[in-house]
Amino acid sequence: MTSLSDAAAPPRFLRTRALVRRMFANRAFMLGFVLFGFICLATLLAPLITRLDPNALSIRDRFQPPSLQFPLGTDNLGRDMLSRVLYGARLSLWIGLCVIVLNAVFGVLLGALAGYYRRLDNILMRIADALMAFPAVLLAIGIAAALGPSAVTAIIALAVVYIPRTARVVRASILVVRELDYVQAARAAGATDYRILMRHILPNCMAPLIVQLSFVFAYAILSEAVLSFLGLGAPPTVPSWGILISEGRSYLREAAWLTVVPGLAIAITVLGLNLLGDGLRDVLDPRMKVEQG
Amino acid sequence: MIGYTISRLLQAIPILLIVSLIAFGIIHLIPGDAATVIGGPSATPADLARIRENLGLDQPLHIQILTFYANLFQGDLGRSLLLGIPVTEAVLARSPITIGIAIYSLVLTIVFGLATGIIAALNHNRWIDQAATVFALIGVSLPNFWLALVMIVLFSVHLGWLPTGGYVPFTQNPIGWFRTATMPAVALALLQAGLLTRITRSTMLEVLSQDYIRTARAKGISEWRVVGRHALANVMMPVVTVLGLILSVLLSGSIVIETIFGIPGIGALLGNAIASRDYPMIQGGLFFITAALLLLNIVVDVLYTSLDPRIRVTGGK
Repeated sequence: MTSLSDAAAPPRFLRTRALVRRMFANRAFMLGFVLFGFICLATLLAPLITRLDPNALSIRDRFQPPSLQFPLGTDNLGRDMLSRVLYGARLSLWIGLCVIVLNAVFGVLLGALAGYYRRLDNILMRIADALMAFPAVLLAIGIAAALGPSAVTAIIALAVVYIPRTARVVRASILVVRELDYVQAARAAGATDYRILMRHILPNCMAPLIVQLSFVFAYAILSEAVLSFLGLGAPPTVPSWGILISEGRSYLREAAWLTVVPGLAIAITVLGLNLLGDGLRDVLDPRMKVEQG
Repeated sequence: MIGYTISRLLQAIPILLIVSLIAFGIIHLIPGDAATVIGGPSATPADLARIRENLGLDQPLHIQILTFYANLFQGDLGRSLLLGIPVTEAVLARSPITIGIAIYSLVLTIVFGLATGIIAALNHNRWIDQAATVFALIGVSLPNFWLALVMIVLFSVHLGWLPTGGYVPFTQNPIGWFRTATMPAVALALLQAGLLTRITRSTMLEVLSQDYIRTARAKGISEWRVVGRHALANVMMPVVTVLGLILSVLLSGSIVIETIFGIPGIGALLGNAIASRDYPMIQGGLFFITAALLLLNIVVDVLYTSLDPRIRVTGGK
């Protein structure tokens, strides 16, 4: 029984060596990989790149323009911007990571329930429609405004906003895959719903999910910056990129680098993730469409 | 046509009901006692009791929901704690400003996005195409509020061309309006223009490879006419489909952008409400914007069906 349904299952898409080769041949993917990899590496190696404490005050050195001693200058309290941007990356990336993990778990769960159990579909999708009717950032702002400013709040707010979008993508691909012959075969062979879903359907829905998650990561970084900028993200003692921009805003005239630098960091990260997503979409399935916004 | 419009409006009702329920629920997401959070640390017990009574928080939940809907159907979204006036009144008074800038931004988005996308597609794989693709990618990757700040540094602080902020009503002084509205509109437009460029480019490439385009060219029609008359009609369709998304990003972006430029529209109204924990205003603003977007989306879909006969025949999506 088991061997029959196993034989019917397609090979897991990640196992193919050809796929890796296609990824390396894809310019968008490689560029995205390099940009995003650069940011991740810089974030991980922050203590090696800079010895300065991101919160160490030095009034004597305030508003220093970029120099050898302070490669990205200093802020109004003489704190080193390079280390603030590098340590700020940790929070921004960490929030993005938490959001996509929550998205993966709940997006797959809800998308699978809606796509596989048609009775649940209507109600789940109506709720998703309503959540998606709100402009993404606006709903996140509303939720964060109620829950109070913190990093956890930002994660919850952004997860709530993007999970319906991910669930939609998963549901859409499940609706296609569940009608394929090999799934019927597995069902005829007597496989349980759980087994069919986990072993036969979901592995084939991974490609659109992964592409979607790379875009959600990008949106999460952008939206987190908006939340922090409005004072709804992490408290200002922990610098995230959004907070750095909003702090720099008061000194646009005398020290524009305080605003420009963290924004560039966001732009490089989001650009990298967008390129990764584009590249993955081309490599995994050129016909695939991902819900934006 | 009318039948389709009515069915779309009917479909929107359950969504609108859930949307309003979510907006209503926001105040109940506040951890602990909402009145304490709203009143702040200096609130006396009497203040707290007054806040609870004003917001109906002293009533059981089901009564609160019923009151909320009873008021909603009369167009009453509650009273702003900060301004002391009805939320509906405040939102309606501010909306012309936001709508004006949104339209300006939308025009910039469509003109720029379409033009770049079409030019890129016509020069497929040449350097113009690559430049347009890179521009579009960078456009969708920049935080719009950061772009707004960089523009202030460049055009206001260094070049002194435009004021750093403020707002002049169009009816008072059109030139003043353009001077104050241009940077906000551009900041809001860039991201969507990037999105639109990408969509226009890929659709145009697809359309240009179709048989009827080859036929048109074979007939000896000028390239200008082939693109302008034969291809453009089909390229417009995806533009209409993303209109809803573009409007949604425009309106949510207005919170930060209006706050930065000091423009007294709905966005700044909500930004202030967030800063001062004016929850009725947050809930009302959220509901108002979302309801407006839902209606706009229906208008877009109806427009879409009337533009594209193929959809009309199959009876909508």
